[in-house]
Amino acid sequence: MSVLGVEGEERNDFSPEESRQIRQRSIRLLGSLLSPTRARLILTMCVVVISTAAQVAGPALIAIGIDRGLPAIVDEGNGTPLALVVVAYLLTGVIGAVLIAWYTVLAARISQGILIDLRKRVFLHTQKLSLEFHESYTSGRIIARQTSDLDAIRELLDSGINQLVQGLLYMVFIGIALFSLDWVSGLVLMVFLVPLGVLTRWFQVRSQRVFRETRVASARLIVHFVETMTGIRAVKAFRKEKRNAADFAGYVEGYRDSNSRVIALFGTFDPVLVLIGNVALGVVLLVGGLRVADGGLQIGVLLATLLYTRQFFAPAQEMAMFYNSYQSAAAALEKISGVLEEQPSVPDPTRPIDLWNAKGRVRFDGVEFAYRSDRVILPRFDLDIPAGQVIALVGSTGAGKSTLAKLMSRFYDPSSGAVSLDGLDLRMLHPKDLRRAVVMVTQEAYLFSGTVSENIALGKPEATRDEIVAAARAVGAHDFITSLPGGYDTDVNKRGGRVSAGQRQLISFARAFLADPVVLILDEATASLDIPSERLVQEGLTTLLADRTAVIIAHRLSTVAIADRVLVMEHGTIVEDGTPADLIAGTGRFSQLHAAWRDSLV
Amino acid sequence: MSAPRNGTTTAPARPGTFAAILRVYPYAKVAMPRVYLGMVSALVAGLVALLIPQVLARLVDGPLQDGDSSRIWGPVAIVLGLGVLEAAMIWLRRWFVLQPGTHIEARMRNGLYAQLQDLPVTFHDRWPSGQLLSRAMSDLNIIRRWISFGLVLLVVHLLMIVVGFAFLISINWMLGLLFVVCSVPLWIYGYVFEQKYSIVSRRSQDQSGDLATAVEESVHGIRVLKAFGRGKYALKNFASQAEDLRGTEIEKARAIAGIWLWLLLVPDVTFALCLLGGVWLAADGQLSVGELVAFFATATVLRFPVESIGYLLSMTFDARTAADRFFEVMDEENTITDPADPKTIASPRGRLVFEGAHFRYPDSPATHTDLLDGIDLELEPGETMALVGLTGSGKSTLTALTTRLYDVTAGAVILDGVDIRDLTRFDLRRHIAMAFEDATLFSASVRDNVLLGRPEGTDEDLAEALDIAQAAFVHQLPNGVDTMVGEEGMSLSGGQRQRLALARAVAAKPDVLVLDDPLSALDVDTEALVEAALRRVLASTTALIVAHRPSTVMLADRVALLENGRVTAVGRHSELLRTNDHYRFVISSLEDDDPPADVAEVPDDIPDDITDARRGVTS
Repeated sequence: MSVLGVEGEERNDFSPEESRQIRQRSIRLLGSLLSPTRARLILTMCVVVISTAAQVAGPALIAIGIDRGLPAIVDEGNGTPLALVVVAYLLTGVIGAVLIAWYTVLAARISQGILIDLRKRVFLHTQKLSLEFHESYTSGRIIARQTSDLDAIRELLDSGINQLVQGLLYMVFIGIALFSLDWVSGLVLMVFLVPLGVLTRWFQVRSQRVFRETRVASARLIVHFVETMTGIRAVKAFRKEKRNAADFAGYVEGYRDSNSRVIALFGTFDPVLVLIGNVALGVVLLVGGLRVADGGLQIGVLLATLLYTRQFFAPAQEMAMFYNSYQSAAAALEKISGVLEEQPSVPDPTRPIDLWNAKGRVRFDGVEFAYRSDRVILPRFDLDIPAGQVIALVGSTGAGKSTLAKLMSRFYDPSSGAVSLDGLDLRMLHPKDLRRAVVMVTQEAYLFSGTVSENIALGKPEATRDEIVAAARAVGAHDFITSLPGGYDTDVNKRGGRVSAGQRQLISFARAFLADPVVLILDEATASLDIPSERLVQEGLTTLLADRTAVIIAHRLSTVAIADRVLVMEHGTIVEDGTPADLIAGTGRFSQLHAAWRDSLV
Repeated sequence: MSAPRNGTTTAPARPGTFAAILRVYPYAKVAMPRVYLGMVSALVAGLVALLIPQVLARLVDGPLQDGDSSRIWGPVAIVLGLGVLEAAMIWLRRWFVLQPGTHIEARMRNGLYAQLQDLPVTFHDRWPSGQLLSRAMSDLNIIRRWISFGLVLLVVHLLMIVVGFAFLISINWMLGLLFVVCSVPLWIYGYVFEQKYSIVSRRSQDQSGDLATAVEESVHGIRVLKAFGRGKYALKNFASQAEDLRGTEIEKARAIAGIWLWLLLVPDVTFALCLLGGVWLAADGQLSVGELVAFFATATVLRFPVESIGYLLSMTFDARTAADRFFEVMDEENTITDPADPKTIASPRGRLVFEGAHFRYPDSPATHTDLLDGIDLELEPGETMALVGLTGSGKSTLTALTTRLYDVTAGAVILDGVDIRDLTRFDLRRHIAMAFEDATLFSASVRDNVLLGRPEGTDEDLAEALDIAQAAFVHQLPNGVDTMVGEEGMSLSGGQRQRLALARAVAAKPDVLVLDDPLSALDVDTEALVEAALRRVLASTTALIVAHRPSTVMLADRVALLENGRVTAVGRHSELLRTNDHYRFVISSLEDDDPPADVAEVPDDIPDDITDARRGVTS
């Protein structure tokens, strides 16, 4: 089985080799995220090293204060040593605190920089991935990658890294301080590194699996949640609430269960860690105490070793928390890197050809299209569409009309053969030029939150209000828009809740009109329009399509009137090709369809 | 009633943090005993940690002073024993709070989901699902962690600080008091910190929600973005929102840096002063070396609780913000509810009547007339009524009134003599089934999707419904009717989805069938087949069908023409075609063959744009 890209995302039984592959791609991603911040990273490290050293100095200074300062006053009446120690203590305190505050801001800048970089990358990559990917990977999962998985990484960067860096440095500096004060205590502490290491390793192994389960469980929860909220009308109309609640409760329970297993793991780790620390404290006390009694060790030093021992294990606790956020972030990163590893099956050309003024001649040369390598949708065919020709593409549902349209607008690439515009393979064209030249309007007219005018302007972001209004007028959308509460500035709300399906189609028509492409593909773009609107659009189309190449897919054959040429498709093959008049006059499939359609009009 | 889309909502007169979080209590109630036990365990652990320095003091002033190594073993054993006890208590605390936190979270999540499913469609029109999702996921996560971790430690650490101070004062009142006084600035700063932090924290959570919405839209609208090559443009918008969030996060980090500064600086200065004073007092003979050791050991144990207060406070404020956001949804008043004393329809016949039904969207400006401005319409049992009108005339809204997706703002909808508001929603929706133009399929098998309105339906019911909707294509799917569709399954074409949605409505075998332009995505052949099959169902079922096409209208016994919010004509298709200009204008595509009289005399009620357009057509 492959673990390339998003494959194996729901699996939990990776072979060592597969785990290595996944880990490596995460690490590569992490490395590429970190490298731009290298300079700032070094500065930040310096700041945190100095601040930690300053913080660790405390107990040693107390030891000196007790062992030197106190006798100096008692024996010689000399307060200077004590004064010096106190000043040193104040100094390290101030330096430690100021630097740690500075570090907090510096670290936030770095982690926020990394986050925004990653957000943008995943967002852009998601946009680049082909429709084929989106259709199989589902929107809920791709949303989970960009929301909850990114949150996991955000949490790691926010607090986890701080805990690790500070904790680790703390332990190192305490070790150094301890060895230089009293090497015997230092050795004792080192012995306790062994159980600490074993515990940590145990935790690491055990937690990896549970954390991965948590991510899967939360993704499931999110998919179900989003599906319910976006389909709320159907949920209500068909009384699905109770059944939904039961299903959702199941997912919630699954998520809760995996979450509580994570927490339970901590419930073991944390107390065992404290136990190790406290036993170490007892041993250090014993070893030190015996020597103090012998006169081999000063009391101040003993106090310092005890304080250090206690502090030594405190960050280990925080580092356990680091593992918490690290593990979820690592699992999240694995999935995100998987998505980023997915190659768009419709890739941008590496050396794009510019096409400034496309004429609009489209050719299909020996094109074949198969879905996921085995299901042939369109068997090999040729098709030449001269610039400026308007084609009506008809045929029953599933005949392959939309697939042909998607090949033409390069939503898909052909499995073999080539689709070309003005003699240039679509795969070679700069995406910008391609999208300016070829625009497809589909039946599903999606509106983004924002105003009506912003939605139309999507066709041409730099458009002026006049241009937007002109486009709306041209497709007959102006009047309904001005009758909306805020006119062109009406917020269309979530999923165009307030705007009817037909109005949404008019807006998306206006969008296409504004984009002004040389090749326009309309895939059932008038299906939801009422007859008067359709009539208006038809009229508009005659002028709109005057100097454009167009392919119109419509079940209603009224479009045929404005077409120069009709293609009839069946089972992925073009079975008839001719002028409307010729085909209607003939006895083929189209003349039957047309007759049936005429009958349906009265 | 504002949807916090841009995160600029400012709550009026915020209740105190405590009061705001206390609202979570009903969800936490049953779990609280364990939380309290967890607190007790944590407190014991803390006290044990504080006892260790006391033992040290005895040790230093006794055996160590005397150089008697034989008496060292006892106190060391006690220190070890206390150490083991502390670890055991921490284990207990973890064990006690493990279940409550996750159960509270699960309960709140299910509660939120239930509330969201219950709230009317107008609510969902207003709230982007990203905002809802961030409430259901991250906000509840924050609350869970606060209850099982933040709350417990906050309480316990505060108690430990009190006890620790007492210990310090008992060791030496002057030193102890010095320590306490020096800690005061920390509390003051902690309070100031709250003001600053909670505002930024709220903004950050709102902005995260908005960002989630942007992500969702970019995924749901991927086809449009691709068609226009606007991926980069969408990225620009997304990036600017992400930048806003980054700014807020850095502001947040500054606030945290501020409190860190004080949390470290104040104790260090305190330690330095105590060192000065302590050694001085020891030199003066007022303090033994053992007491000095105990003082610093105790102060060191207290450092973590003292330092953690800032972090725990910020967790508390985060939890408060999260609770606010949770209750923002839970407090939303449901305007479409079941009656207190529901009626039932004894023998349903399917007579549906609109009586002066009005409807306007809650946010439509006062200057606008009602979208539905007094609808009077009667559907006799078994009758099929087509609903015809211009785009935006309110046809879909009218159909949504029948199952109370929206409620009439005046007037009534009456089913078999009963105002539908007197029925439970469940009952009503059992009588009336809908098919939407925008066909939603759920992540489930084809079978479950079609039998959604009749879960107890048999294979025959399923086959019959699929047959009527001409959805035989499902048998070609990999697993036939058991193939998963929807978000997590196979994606189907618009026409296929629409046929399944139609099959779903038919399979429910309702008394009234409401179809909102159910055939728009079908090709002519399939449409003809579906229509032929539908006639069988419609012969015996009351039906209201939104129609854009003459062919759909032909299914109906009568047609109602919707115009300016009213039903202006009801009659047979051929009759209306003959007598009503507006009807002909709306429904007839035969411009050429039918050079009708309506070109010359344009009815007054046709909007200007259409008149203009038609002039354009004829000239």
